[in-house]
Amino acid sequence: MPEYTLKLRRYSPETGEAAYWQEFTIDLDGKRSVLDGILQAKDREDGSIGIRCSCRAAICGSCGVRVNGKPALACHTHLDEAARTAHGLGWNPPDEGQEKPAVITVEPMGNMPVIKDLIVDMDAVHWKKIQRVTPWLLPDGDPPEREYVVPAESMIDVTQSMACIQCGACVSDCLSMEVDPLFIGPAALAKAYRFVGDPRDGQHSERLKDLAEDPHGIYDCTHCFNCIEACPKGVAPMSQIMRLRRIAGADHEIDDRNNGHRHETAFVNNIERNGLLHEADLLPDSYGGKFHPRAVPELLSSLPVILTALRRGKVTPKKALLHQHKAEKGVKRIFERVHDEEERFELNLYVVGYEEEETQDGGTEQASAAGGQLPEERSPNK
Amino acid sequence: MPAHDVLIIGAGLAGQRAALAAAEAGATVAVMSKVHPVRSHSNAAAGGINAALNPDDSWESHAFDTVKGSDYLGDQDAIEIMCREAPGEVLWLEHRGVTFHRNPEGKLGTRAFGGASAARTYYVADITGQALLHVLYEQLMKSYDKVDRYEEWFVTALVQDDAGSCCGAIARNIKDGSMQLFAAKATILASGGAGQCFKPTTNALICTGDGIAQAYRIGAPLMDMEMVQYHPTTLAGNGILITEGARGEGAHLYNAEGERFMEKYAPNKMELASRDVVSRSEQTEINEGRGFPDGTVALDITKVPRKRTLEALREIVNIGRDFAGVDITREPIHILPGCHYIMGGVRTDVHGATTIDGLYAAGEVACVSVHGGNRLGANSLLDTLIFGRRAGEHAARRAAGMAMPAPSERQIDDEEATIRQFLRREHGSGRRISEIKDELGTMMNEKCAVFRDHNGLNQAHEIIRRLKEEAETAYIDDRGTVFNQDVLGAIELGYMLDCAECIVLGALDRKESRGAQFRLDFPERNDDEWIKHINLSVNGGDAPKISYSPVTMTQWEPEERKY
Repeated sequence: MPEYTLKLRRYSPETGEAAYWQEFTIDLDGKRSVLDGILQAKDREDGSIGIRCSCRAAICGSCGVRVNGKPALACHTHLDEAARTAHGLGWNPPDEGQEKPAVITVEPMGNMPVIKDLIVDMDAVHWKKIQRVTPWLLPDGDPPEREYVVPAESMIDVTQSMACIQCGACVSDCLSMEVDPLFIGPAALAKAYRFVGDPRDGQHSERLKDLAEDPHGIYDCTHCFNCIEACPKGVAPMSQIMRLRRIAGADHEIDDRNNGHRHETAFVNNIERNGLLHEADLLPDSYGGKFHPRAVPELLSSLPVILTALRRGKVTPKKALLHQHKAEKGVKRIFERVHDEEERFELNLYVVGYEEEETQDGGTEQASAAGGQLPEERSPNK
Repeated sequence: MPAHDVLIIGAGLAGQRAALAAAEAGATVAVMSKVHPVRSHSNAAAGGINAALNPDDSWESHAFDTVKGSDYLGDQDAIEIMCREAPGEVLWLEHRGVTFHRNPEGKLGTRAFGGASAARTYYVADITGQALLHVLYEQLMKSYDKVDRYEEWFVTALVQDDAGSCCGAIARNIKDGSMQLFAAKATILASGGAGQCFKPTTNALICTGDGIAQAYRIGAPLMDMEMVQYHPTTLAGNGILITEGARGEGAHLYNAEGERFMEKYAPNKMELASRDVVSRSEQTEINEGRGFPDGTVALDITKVPRKRTLEALREIVNIGRDFAGVDITREPIHILPGCHYIMGGVRTDVHGATTIDGLYAAGEVACVSVHGGNRLGANSLLDTLIFGRRAGEHAARRAAGMAMPAPSERQIDDEEATIRQFLRREHGSGRRISEIKDELGTMMNEKCAVFRDHNGLNQAHEIIRRLKEEAETAYIDDRGTVFNQDVLGAIELGYMLDCAECIVLGALDRKESRGAQFRLDFPERNDDEWIKHINLSVNGGDAPKISYSPVTMTQWEPEERKY
């Protein structure tokens, strides 16, 4: 059996000592999981290693940790893969000729307080945020005698959010939450989509207004993609947040206090017009134009930033006021194509991978469902 | 001392459903679990939930399939109740937000499942259990003002009053190690099965038979414990489950010679015969040398259209990729029968009441019995919900008519003393707890699996006796109070040893082959002598006592079982 070295972050709240690293040598096939490795160390050497775990099959969501600094389920990460990615930072391959696999580091998830070793306090952060989004169905009126009749696709669609196992991996590495601990966050907002996308729920507008108005709500996400990378179940929380935004703005015309929707509209129009972003227009447009009463205080409050930028030569008054760039034909074509679509096409990432259905003669054809190319599922831990 | 009308131990589907039902009936309710509720093993039920909801289907047909699947050991009154109430329960779930698969008209759609004469399995992709569990937890969060939740509390013992009635439980708060006595007018066990007695198993690490052993220790009889289901499609080595939904969608089984061997064993239902039949067929192929060198046969899902697989069997696409390195949409995956479900458990009536006053049980911990000798796929989710609800309602009714009991705090001292004992044992004073657990599981999977015989079972019993002694001196490493999982493991080992002993004693006693129990030395079903339940009980420290109870028959006489 190959040997691997696990370097675990240990912390015991009762000893009065600071957290420390401890290495364990394990022997297991490389296709066994990091969790199997931790359990072997626990069984053979030190039963006091703390880790929540149960199903071993990536369905219970107990064993969220950071492996080599990246959030993952310990049971869903192969030892050989973890040893390969342990070199250097991130996901670099091993140096050539390297004989011994590198040390695999395992530490508790981020953005949540550590209770002991690899166990974090999910109640204090994750579950509080889940509770924030009114996480239960609120249908209008009494239920029908039989089932609710709803489009088949809508159920497949919300099943992507339903696939969330509440492991907390996305919460662990949410950059917005790091800056704003009150951000409702990826897992809870994905949960919110589960109701907004469910035709049986009768409170779509109320839910969206609530999440758009909250300064820590849907417009607090910064598009960093970390949650999509982190999710072991393909829930793609950020995509769900973006859908909440589109539905709030386009379908419910929610004019939120945070100006999130108008900012997005301004951004898109700005690109359509200029091809490249004309930053001097973006800010006023986001507040309804240079002369809109709401834009004035915003512009005034931005003056120091603008002045600093001018002083440092980041912008010149000419560039700022007279944007020369005009959108190219290609850009225009993209916008025309999108405007021509009769219905807004929502990406459903849940059903992926069959866009290249093989035909009998060995060629490939585009799947008609979902209307075209779908991105491959991201699964950094396979 | 916290006191509730109804205390529910375990927060999987049975426990959560019981909590919601008891709260709706007006009781004050607490639900307690050693893990966060959504980590419960109900998650793992992938394929779906059975109900005769379609107008062309009938509850009688569902009930007959269940009776036949049980190999005529199931109690037909209980089966009738389950199958009659199934459609209502599925609609209840749908109304609360379960994202069940729809047909093109937008109504509930079904898939085929093993042992069923109609397609009556309702599902959410292949995460049905997870979807149900999370939706029930949504409802539990909604009922925050009616149901108290004790998450990550570990029950060490049930508490009885002088008359023998169950009046609560003692539990350890895992987060800080403190012990607490909980008083309750009614206590419902919903703490799941005991699959960890076997290694490998599809069951989660938490399935250590806690509730089964707790009830057994205060004198409740365990019934049909010998009936352990081996699921036909599990991965070698780690025992991870490949859902029966795969065969329901049309996957085939092949031996190493490329032969679709189910033609020989179940020419009509083929791969969709009941689980005991398919598992035995596979094991026969493997034992007779027609398996692959790794002791497996092949499950070929490439028969299912790729788009359908990716939509409806997504979870096992991931499992194939992540746990076996196989793209199941393009190549067969190697599988073998593996320990999956305990049909037996704490004996209850159709209201979930055990023979101990004030104690109820529902779900895998209980034996009503609706599964008899063999459970049909997609009947377990149904069992948890129907009997979880019934237990919750009945317990609430009981509580409405009585005063709150006041159990003595003294028993906490006994429990604390037991735990201190583990903490005091010197390193190297005996074996490691993990070693004993490992030996138990490996041994049970060898001697008490698909095929059994007297000698093997006898050896198994001797080994369990020895392991019980060794557990008396086994030591642990962790001396702390915060999340001391080591001490919980030591207590769980005790639960597992009790369960394993009952499984082996039941298997030894049943001198016939029925359902999941196949005795090489008694290969025939013997209806004259063995249409009866085996009950095991203990009184204090005495040896387990065997007694029998009749199987309730309503409208289906035993007949030969062919698929």
